[in-house]
Amino acid sequence: MRTYFKVPAFSKRAWKVWLRNRDVFMKTYKVNFILPFLEPLLYLFALGFGLGRYIEVIEGMTYARFIAPALIAVAIMNSAFFECTYGSYVRMYYQKTFDAIIATPLSIEDVITGELLWGATRSLIHATIMLPVLAAFGLIELPSSLLIIPLSFLAGFLFACIGMCFTAITPNINSLSYPTYLFITPMFLFSGTFFPLTLLPKPIQYAALATLPLTHVVGITRALTLAAPSGFLLVSFAWILIVSLILFVLAVNLMKNRLIV
Amino acid sequence: MAEDLTKRFGEFVAVDKVRFTVHEGEVFGFLGPNGAGKTTTMKMIQCVSPMTAGTLTVFGMAVSSHQREIKRLLGVAPQETNLDPDFTVRENLLVYSRYFDMPRTTAERIIDELLDFVQLRSKRDTVIEHLSSGMKRRLILARALINSPRLLILDEPTIGLDPQARHLIWDKIKSLQSQGITIVLTTHYLEEAARLCDRLVIMDTGRILVEGRPDELVRAYIGSEVVEAANEPEVIACLARNGASYEVFGDRVQIYTTNPREITYTLLKECKLGQLTARSATLEDVFLKLTGRKLRE
Repeated sequence: MRTYFKVPAFSKRAWKVWLRNRDVFMKTYKVNFILPFLEPLLYLFALGFGLGRYIEVIEGMTYARFIAPALIAVAIMNSAFFECTYGSYVRMYYQKTFDAIIATPLSIEDVITGELLWGATRSLIHATIMLPVLAAFGLIELPSSLLIIPLSFLAGFLFACIGMCFTAITPNINSLSYPTYLFITPMFLFSGTFFPLTLLPKPIQYAALATLPLTHVVGITRALTLAAPSGFLLVSFAWILIVSLILFVLAVNLMKNRLIV
Repeated sequence: MAEDLTKRFGEFVAVDKVRFTVHEGEVFGFLGPNGAGKTTTMKMIQCVSPMTAGTLTVFGMAVSSHQREIKRLLGVAPQETNLDPDFTVRENLLVYSRYFDMPRTTAERIIDELLDFVQLRSKRDTVIEHLSSGMKRRLILARALINSPRLLILDEPTIGLDPQARHLIWDKIKSLQSQGITIVLTTHYLEEAARLCDRLVIMDTGRILVEGRPDELVRAYIGSEVVEAANEPEVIACLARNGASYEVFGDRVQIYTTNPREITYTLLKECKLGQLTARSATLEDVFLKLTGRKLRE
């Protein structure tokens, strides 16, 4: 009997799985901390200061200032999504790490919850590293932008859950390319990241807001980096929270269906 | 302890109403060809694969309701190597100790003891990929012992090992038994089962065919000796005349007996045979007699 929305009985032992992933991460901390530092610089030079030269002003600001919050949102998305797709799949299928862990007092619910929390943490780390870089170029307002740090964990959790759902149903590692190219890449381009969502026809705008999580994350990060709050932020925040909870429950159940036979 | 334990995957019955009891302090073996249901049974004992029907209790606790409590008392060495390739030998054990809520100082002391026990102390800071397969099996054994388990589950503990490594593992298993740990193991190697197990079951297609002490099973099903001769019509006729217990396998015929001299003498005298081999009966003879010689995929 397959269930999809049973409330997961996870425990605080999920923390041990988080610790395991952190320990692995810290083994190569130089790579893990320096590369995220470089990434926004590359985008800024190519798009902000390169392409942006031809865009005098967008929505009343420079192009670099317009895309800076989007770069953070994309980093949040990519960190958690790829951690909980390719990363989790390798641990689950190739390394049999999950099998080893569930032979101890930890349950599969603990393992998946720990993986998702770790995915969210990757987003938090990545976003936090980007903030000083962008601040150094004067592209983000402080202190409001500091709220991106807690936001990155919540939004990261959402993308971790999305990734984990795909990991649970993918027949093999190559098939993870489907969600990557058909979901993550379009989201990267059409979520109000590199041009305002308002340029798109109304129905497409609504469709994007309803189905593309990144639109909400970009909306919030942009409001924070510009220190320009609006009422819609609450809608976006609620959207992220509710969808995260639903997908968390779904991700754990899908993984349980896959692994506990 | 299991009664009518059953596991179905859809229509396929992997384990079919098996019944067994493992006594504390003994080494209990599950033997059987591939697909017999051994590993599935192990996974049900470990509380990682839910049973379809029947009852299964470990130390008096039902596997369906006391998973965390049971898993706390178990040590598991799986068939597949699932050591953490991102860590060194020592880190593997340290990370694993955390899953059992062990305080770090206690864990470090136990890890040193375990590394001595499995003779891996010199490799403590080596990453997993640089270990030989024998070292990996030993590390998996050490990892299974980290929580001082009362029951140790070993799924094919010596698969793919050279004779030296295998003997070392056997010594360790014997030594663990003498410390009072109950051990349940599965194996394809009948010599291993005969050497280690106090009692064992032979499984095939999800059922338990026999249960007993290895030497008793050999005596009951085979006799003490086996005489092998060429499979020729005269030999078969001769054996039938003498009412012998025999089986034909390809171009050989095996005669089961407690008195090889007499059989040999009879065969040589009456049937004019060239070649005969006499040897002690083994668990392998019982195994092949019960499960047949058909190759399992």
